[in-house]
Amino acid sequence: MSRTPLLEVETLSRYFPVRHMFGWQLGKLRALDGVSFAVRPGETLGIVGESGCGKSTLGKVLVGIHPTSGGRILFEGRDITARSVALRRAVAPKLQYCYQDPGNSLDPRWTVRRSLAEPLVVHTGLSAGDREARIAKILHQVGLPPTHLDLYPHELSGGQQRRVGLARILTLQPRLVVLDEPTSGLDVSVQASVLKLLRELQETFALTYLFISHDLSVVRTMCDRVAVMYAGRIVEMAPTETIFAAAKHPYTLSLLSAIPDIGGRRVTDTFALEGEPPDPMRPPSGCRFRTRCPRAAAVCASTDPPLRHVAPGQSVACVLA
Amino acid sequence: MSSTHGSDVATPGDNLLEVDSLFVSFITGAGVAKVLDGVNLTIRAGEILGLVGESGCGKTTLANAILGILAANARHEMGSIRFGGEDLLAMPRSRMEDEVRGRRITFIPQDPYGSFNPLFTVGAQTLEVMKWKSPQRAPGEGRGIAGFFSRYPRARRRTDAEAIGQMLRAVQLPASAAVAGKLPHEFSGGQRQRLMIALALLPQPRLVIADEPTTALDVTIQAQILKLLKQLAKRRGISVLFTTHDLGTAYEICERITVMYAGQEVETAPVDDFFRRPHHPYTVRLLDSLPRPGRQLREVGGEIARLIDAPAGCRFHPRCARATDICRRQRPPVTSLGGGHEVRCYHPIVEAASR
Repeated sequence: MSRTPLLEVETLSRYFPVRHMFGWQLGKLRALDGVSFAVRPGETLGIVGESGCGKSTLGKVLVGIHPTSGGRILFEGRDITARSVALRRAVAPKLQYCYQDPGNSLDPRWTVRRSLAEPLVVHTGLSAGDREARIAKILHQVGLPPTHLDLYPHELSGGQQRRVGLARILTLQPRLVVLDEPTSGLDVSVQASVLKLLRELQETFALTYLFISHDLSVVRTMCDRVAVMYAGRIVEMAPTETIFAAAKHPYTLSLLSAIPDIGGRRVTDTFALEGEPPDPMRPPSGCRFRTRCPRAAAVCASTDPPLRHVAPGQSVACVLA
Repeated sequence: MSSTHGSDVATPGDNLLEVDSLFVSFITGAGVAKVLDGVNLTIRAGEILGLVGESGCGKTTLANAILGILAANARHEMGSIRFGGEDLLAMPRSRMEDEVRGRRITFIPQDPYGSFNPLFTVGAQTLEVMKWKSPQRAPGEGRGIAGFFSRYPRARRRTDAEAIGQMLRAVQLPASAAVAGKLPHEFSGGQRQRLMIALALLPQPRLVIADEPTTALDVTIQAQILKLLKQLAKRRGISVLFTTHDLGTAYEICERITVMYAGQEVETAPVDDFFRRPHHPYTVRLLDSLPRPGRQLREVGGEIARLIDAPAGCRFHPRCARATDICRRQRPPVTSLGGGHEVRCYHPIVEAASR
């Protein structure tokens, strides 16, 4: 894999103001709190964590759906943190976001053809004929027959809707695609075909993926590197094999011990993690995982551990690791 | 704790529930959808049975048929559902409502939030359930128009409230007084599912039907809930029908697994045998489509069978590489392979390949 990162993120934060019903601010919800990482061209970086940990916020901040509250985003070496209209126009086609539920993100009153043409109308000066040719080609590449162009979203199955959602993004030939839970809600057999398609598309279009998921077994088969998030922070980042073989952060270990391992020990006999993630309005002092951590010590309440290198390619945010 | 249901004391190993060649169709605008096509299923007393299949295979319809809550356009055509020796399909509606549904058979839904009324406290809703479904309530008590105005008998209310407190502790929710006064939205998803488990166990049922109870939860919370449900069911000797599309979850909690495809059950086996030596081509392909380290992802291939104009014979035959003429004409009979492993296939995969 290559030299310069395609995307670099430095201490990125996103706070949501929480308001009283009469409008005054009660506090800040720290959805994303000082996240830094880099994505190399052609790789698949997995972002893993439980709901509410900030994974989707991260994806949305990167593509500019949410503004940032602090930190920097560098895409192809260019600072795109503050996106002017011109900059947004230049960057948007290359940096795309694939929604979790394509059934709801497609316009129910538009045919597949119209949904697929829209990005081309907005971002390119192609003629109607050229647009039609590009759409037909993309549709073939996501494995749908040309007859589906005249169907409406409700006439498609869940797996087919995902394929249309992907096609819609690929018409603009992006470089980086943020995939937000691309297989949640699908049956295993459909999931397998969507994952296979994602791999094929990555090869054909030389795509870089930011793969957001809570399903570790899917992440394991798809990603080169994994970043584990907890309560708005990255707590561990390492190559996929390292995460699954030699994870160091207690939260990563708990997460791994929760995945059913068919043919192996049963999680219901061994799982030990108690409690639920903290309220993002009032995160605990020091390390945010300490309230549930089996190894928490006095030092964890006073120091907020930064992400530090512990092995080649592996960083962990834990004082005890 | 003692149960007032005296009639259905069974020793472990007896069949608590027997579904025998059940056919259910739905009359729709597009035609008649044969959603259950001769389904057979048995649950032994005290056993956790996994009912596994993809969406649209009829898992939920089967669960609803057992509870007697099918939609108005559903038709039972043939078959029987025997529970504790009685045919539930032949049972009068009032008796079903009074003694079986919500009392001897209870239900844990997929979405615990949608199952609470958002406007009432959890305590009030739990008491309302216990007013009608408490194990202390005599059959027929408070029925009819008089029952509509009747108060909750004070003595029973007190013992029921005590039982609720104990149950909330059993599902590891904090002190009951604090929980009871809260509204459903004040709980997290995991806590709401704990409340649902408490509600399902309070009537002291013989059978709990859990319809994908962990699909909406995160992995760590899922692990906690599965562990809790397994412990409580085992400790109380309750049978569980656990429907899921997630084979990993089924591996965690179930003792036996039945796989359904398009309204037909295709394979039943004890859990370890099921994952080590699957025999039905559909089961094998389903297991191959799981993302697992060091193995190629393989798709099942083809599209799931339509239920209107469903394929004749074995419904999997259009997607099956081993299908022959007889598969297209006639549904395969049950073949027993020993050790409780049963498969409905003319050409089962029998290589002793360890998976």
